[in-house]
Amino acid sequence: MSFEAIPGFVELKEGHGETTVVVEREQILDACLYARDELGFRFLADLVATDYLGWDAHTVSGYIGTPAGRDLNHPMTQGFQAVPQPKPKRFSVSYHLLALQHGAPRVRLQCWLDDGDPVQSVVSVWPTADWHEREQFDLMGIEFTGHPNLTRILLEDDWDGHPLRKDYPIGGEPVRFSDAE
Amino acid sequence: MTIAPERTRAWPLVGEPPYEGSRIPARVPTILDVPPALRETDDILQVNFGPNHPSTHGVLRLIVDLDGERVVGISAVIGYLHTGFEKNMEQKTWWKAITYPSRVDYVSYQNNELVFVLAIEKLLELEVPEKATWMRMLLCELNRLHSHLVFLGTAALELGAISMFWYCFRERETILDLVEQVCGQRMHTRYFQAGGLAEDIPSGFFPECHAFVDWMPHALDDYLTLLDRNQIWLKRTKGVGLLSAEDAIALGQSGPVLRGSGVDWDLRRDSPYLAYDQVDFRVPVYTGCDVYDRYRVRMDEMAESTKIVRQCLDKLERMEGQPWIADDRKVVLPPREELHTSMESLIHHFKIVTEGYRVPEGEVYVAIESPRGESGVYVVSDGGPKPWRVHFRAPSFAALGATATCVQDVLIADLIAIVGSLDAVMGDTDR
Repeated sequence: MSFEAIPGFVELKEGHGETTVVVEREQILDACLYARDELGFRFLADLVATDYLGWDAHTVSGYIGTPAGRDLNHPMTQGFQAVPQPKPKRFSVSYHLLALQHGAPRVRLQCWLDDGDPVQSVVSVWPTADWHEREQFDLMGIEFTGHPNLTRILLEDDWDGHPLRKDYPIGGEPVRFSDAE
Repeated sequence: MTIAPERTRAWPLVGEPPYEGSRIPARVPTILDVPPALRETDDILQVNFGPNHPSTHGVLRLIVDLDGERVVGISAVIGYLHTGFEKNMEQKTWWKAITYPSRVDYVSYQNNELVFVLAIEKLLELEVPEKATWMRMLLCELNRLHSHLVFLGTAALELGAISMFWYCFRERETILDLVEQVCGQRMHTRYFQAGGLAEDIPSGFFPECHAFVDWMPHALDDYLTLLDRNQIWLKRTKGVGLLSAEDAIALGQSGPVLRGSGVDWDLRRDSPYLAYDQVDFRVPVYTGCDVYDRYRVRMDEMAESTKIVRQCLDKLERMEGQPWIADDRKVVLPPREELHTSMESLIHHFKIVTEGYRVPEGEVYVAIESPRGESGVYVVSDGGPKPWRVHFRAPSFAALGATATCVQDVLIADLIAIVGSLDAVMGDTDR
């Protein structure tokens, strides 16, 4: 399958047996249409946004797995600290696509954006994206332009902030009636 | 060795829906708007159906517009059970986070646990012993039976067939007893670990599980006798809640809902995980696109799951004494008895429990065929001991998106049958 012809193609990444195609944020709608109509990915399995705020702020060490086992000579395995690969922007939005054909091919379309950048809605491509996009708007604060009904879905309409962002405070939730004597 | 079944029909069975043209609402795919001509009359009654209605299986709220008894508008409101599982898991080590997925979809708890453990193993590139793979498959199929029994019992109960509920919960109880015998817990077992299983299979499990798979076909006959020629059941389910194959794919439907709409798709056969490519089973597909065919898919799947459990049992009985968890001390807890004699083991135990094991950097999406359809998890790791991001692709969340398409021109009583046939678990929907 040739992913290079996807509109707005930036790069192709392989990892853990999965294919990721990074595309330009402005062209995500065209890319999705192309993937559905030309490449046969008729099924949108999942739409998910990730916040990478503070991603490479601290170093990590760990055991590096290889298909043959652990690579015990890798510096990280021996306790040396490494910084994770830097990410281009703060947020990623990933579209997990599936083609209902032999071998169940999957691909992840991905676009990158900073806080406040809008993403085109793909509800017109896959109607199932309706609730997925509302969920990511609700919990991650990603704005999808062209969505017919972009409102909060899991939280209350008057909720403050977007809880899945990394700068959302953990704990310390305001307690109702606590200031009423 | 039998191999997973050959396809009997062309891929997918699009082109056989009983009607033409998409029925997905045009403005918002998940909201059915009242036609403007009707809206101007004074005859529309808006009713809040739920969130505390017994037939909504939890806390689903449907805002229904009624013209007499006819449903002319609907929109679903979810989120009443949102507990922030995904945020919580980011604060826990990988090891502790395994506890959460089984609470997400509490009816297919074992399958949800599996999908998260598979994602960790994919990032770690960890080999799992054969015995653990087959035992996982066995428990997941028992769990599928459990989930379909809960569906069948409650769906029939809502349409007035009270005795079905007692019959289904009789077998469900047996399954939970079997699970308790293996895992020490009826539900939310946390029996799957990264690398294999938490404990070996107790020897007393095999005879009891054999007795169960011998009994289960008779139980299925009981259900069929009670329900399948019951005129009330047939009239309430046939031709109700239509969802064409194209609409089902466009709306991201999966599992029995998709197969009841004539799409021949099952991840266990088309993208095999565990050892599903080594067992013999059939994928039931029906083209009626209605509530009745979703019910029939689940009935047939129960028979197929019983067959898979039997094959797993035969295989597992010949694996007596084999390891049930990978021998990787950086990830897997050392055997309990070694802690008294080995300093190394004590250190490993301490490090894994207090600090957690570290998972290499990367992002993966793993999907399995849970009783409700494609259950997926997207996991991002920064190489540290905690997940950076976890997201569940919840099949119930996708299924409820089809409500507005299914309920066009139905009566309020059929609404209960339709929502029941989508088999949404609210914990899975709201996470």
